[in-house]
Amino acid sequence: MSKAKVVLALGDDVSTDDIYPGRYMATVLPTETPQFAFADHAAFNAGLQGGGVAAGSVIVAGRNFGCGSSREQAASALKGHELVVVAKSFARIFLQNAINLGLKLVEVPEVAAAEGDDLVIGLTEVTNLTSGRRFAVRPLPAARQAIMDAGGLIAYTRRRLTRSGAA
Amino acid sequence: MGMTVVQKVLARATGRRVVSIGEVVEPAVDLAMSHENAALVINQFLEIYKGTGLEPTIWDPARIAIIFDHRVPAESPKTATNQKKVREFVAAHGITRFHDIRGDEGGICHQVLPENGYVRPGQVVVGTDSHTTSHGALGAFAFGIGATEMASVWALGHAINVEVPGTIGIEVTGALPDLVTPKDLILQLVGKLGAGGATFHVLEFHGEAIRAMPTSGRLTLCNMSVEAGATAGIVPSDEETVRYLREEAGVTDDVELMAPEPDAPYERVVRLDASKLEPQVACPHTVDNVRPVTSVAGTKVHQIVIGSCTNGRLDDIALAARVLRGKKVARGTRMIVFPASGRIYQQALAAGYVAELMQAGAVVMNAGCGPCLGVHQGALGDGEVALSTTNRNFKGRMGNPASEVYLCSPAVAAASAATGVITDPRNGGLA
Repeated sequence: MSKAKVVLALGDDVSTDDIYPGRYMATVLPTETPQFAFADHAAFNAGLQGGGVAAGSVIVAGRNFGCGSSREQAASALKGHELVVVAKSFARIFLQNAINLGLKLVEVPEVAAAEGDDLVIGLTEVTNLTSGRRFAVRPLPAARQAIMDAGGLIAYTRRRLTRSGAA
Repeated sequence: MGMTVVQKVLARATGRRVVSIGEVVEPAVDLAMSHENAALVINQFLEIYKGTGLEPTIWDPARIAIIFDHRVPAESPKTATNQKKVREFVAAHGITRFHDIRGDEGGICHQVLPENGYVRPGQVVVGTDSHTTSHGALGAFAFGIGATEMASVWALGHAINVEVPGTIGIEVTGALPDLVTPKDLILQLVGKLGAGGATFHVLEFHGEAIRAMPTSGRLTLCNMSVEAGATAGIVPSDEETVRYLREEAGVTDDVELMAPEPDAPYERVVRLDASKLEPQVACPHTVDNVRPVTSVAGTKVHQIVIGSCTNGRLDDIALAARVLRGKKVARGTRMIVFPASGRIYQQALAAGYVAELMQAGAVVMNAGCGPCLGVHQGALGDGEVALSTTNRNFKGRMGNPASEVYLCSPAVAAASAATGVITDPRNGGLA
């Protein structure tokens, strides 16, 4: 397990409007959405665009991350930068979109971290190397494990179709 | 132990007698709805079939509905091109429940679906829109999904890996006072539960205030259930559901009602007394930041918005016209009205509401989502404040992170239009 830096620390109820503003919703392709990730957080977006944010960097947030709209762009935009989201909890549709697209989410109900902190993200706990504190990971819904194992929903559904096609 | 409405729906949709809370099921989908984001669904749908040697085939084109509403008429060449691609796909795949940009049959998806009788009690309805929860008003289990998940539904015909959700009972006694509306009820409930308070749960509405409520109001309740994080809101279908389907949706075939069983398991029950309810306002920048209108009265408002999938129905427009009657929209404040569908627009025209609102100074726009999602038809300037009957007030929601959005009922919105400041409609027009 390698170190990952917290590049953005946010509070509760971060909405999909915040992650991916509605005015960019006509842009739909996962190859094109990453440019608008957190577009209204100008400095952070500029950092992402400028290549100054390493793959595997972490966004830390409070409860109900990804609330609001079902827009999948919010997940694909973050996935495009290979970001990891560590939050106290996630909104349902965002959680499912992330799993379907392979965006890494880690639910850590007690997490405390600030921008610049270094984290080690394990399967059962997250360690904040900067503060020295450790936090338990809450497993994602088991029902979604098959999709994660398949590498996302497209691959999962493709496999189901070809299996039934062969039968 | 008995089953809640959502358990009964999922049992039916999986061909089982019983389903238990928490178990994972793959329900057959009765109706799969998308709007402009069908462009992304199509992309993901074709992606699924890549390299398989199989012809991309929709499991049942008759069960798909596509409604253009988010950007109508198109605000940009990009949107227009997406809409064009969707039209071509719809024609190629024989999708008949397609509602294009039209004054006769167009409108917001969450009004077009019920008013055409597409949604029935006991159905499983999925939509690539978080406010798909609206359709629980007709006793369906209706929930929002992402575009890739919808592509999977188009291919397989069922939703995969659905955990049977637990249910929170909402018991509303009493009768709503005059000028206090279902919107005030759901705002108060979202404030009580919190923005994530019902995540992975269903809200099931009961009580005399719900039984007395027309389907239009039930749509408002279920629409905003997602603002408490709920997977769905459901009003058990009853004689009002049948009335709506027969009289307003033109349904002539059999309608089967579905009630919860008497010993159904509710995780908890939240009780509200409608008769004691005051008009409510959700303050910036979260929907659960709810206060009585009296505590924010006097706040200057630059733009009033009446409409959306939450409050763009005929009774909403009628209420706004009634509250504004004999008054004018205050100078320095603009008022924009968006009927929820072409049919509602025509009904509002026939009833004289459109003329009344225009004579008062309101601008009446075409049916659609309008400025709710921050794309067009009512952008806010830096530092401006909107008071809106829509469902979300997140920072930047109406397109400008330097503006503020307050949410309220059509009565509060119309009363405030006349004064230019947030106003309690029960005060006869005094701020």
